[in-house]
Amino acid sequence: MIFVTVGTQLAFDRLIVAVDQWAARNPGTGVFAQVGPGDYRPAHIHSTPFISPVECRERMRSADVIVAHAGMGTILSALELGKPLLVMPRRAALGEHRNDHQLATAARFAAAGRIAVATDTDELGPRLDELDARDAGERISRYASPELLGALTSFING
Amino acid sequence: MQTPRRILAVASTGGHWTQLQRLRPAFAGHDIAYVTTEPGHRDEVGAARFYTVPDANRWNKVKLVHSAAKLTWILARERPDVVISTGAAPGYLALRLARLVGARTAWVDSIANVDELSMSGALASTKADLCLTQWPHLATGRVHYEGTVL
Repeated sequence: MIFVTVGTQLAFDRLIVAVDQWAARNPGTGVFAQVGPGDYRPAHIHSTPFISPVECRERMRSADVIVAHAGMGTILSALELGKPLLVMPRRAALGEHRNDHQLATAARFAAAGRIAVATDTDELGPRLDELDARDAGERISRYASPELLGALTSFING
Repeated sequence: MQTPRRILAVASTGGHWTQLQRLRPAFAGHDIAYVTTEPGHRDEVGAARFYTVPDANRWNKVKLVHSAAKLTWILARERPDVVISTGAAPGYLALRLARLVGARTAWVDSIANVDELSMSGALASTKADLCLTQWPHLATGRVHYEGTVL
């Protein structure tokens, strides 16, 4: 099962169209997508605009592979659960976000070997085919680094 | 044995909230209340007190005012010793309004802000008692690097 999420704020039809087209070529794979407030109605995958945070977490937990925008909440949750994650960054020039910070986010996590990135819709299918066969990654801790927790603890106790 | 503090922890839903949850060990032993923009997060905080405010950004002044009004009410009710936020706009508002109740304030800028501090973070850096970035190259005189949420 592939779980697709675009986060809670903005539509990301470019991603949903690309995943829908991939699903048309791979009819045996179940895909469920949280698509946000988009206009596109996918034909080859199950979809819903919004799900609760708890349902999102459960769907991520039960997914084999996660495909998403390069939102930090999704990335951190996927790493916590040790799930293979493919992201496509939102582009400000296409009206998908207010700025291009998702490009930098994706590049940093990809450089660390944590996630896979499709920079454009053309790359999404090939990357997804690769990811499908990949083993789940190592889970990260559920909590921040000891250094950051220590700094905040000192501040709180001030 | 440290004195338990009253903490108000504020984050918008999405990545800001996910990062705030990763700070939870720092809140252990204190009296914690959460503020976010998505009611569904209530199920994630156990017995902690929980509030929601309207989501806001600098492009929607009406929502900013609504968010600020609710935050003022929450601060008056909670009387926190410390206000901590990981962003975004409601967190910045909470930090500014925290002065009304004399709370100390800490801002942890999102790890998503790789190239520069967020707009809220840049504003918070001049007001917060503690302002942290998660990228060493963004540290300045007022903005410190003390590790990350990872």
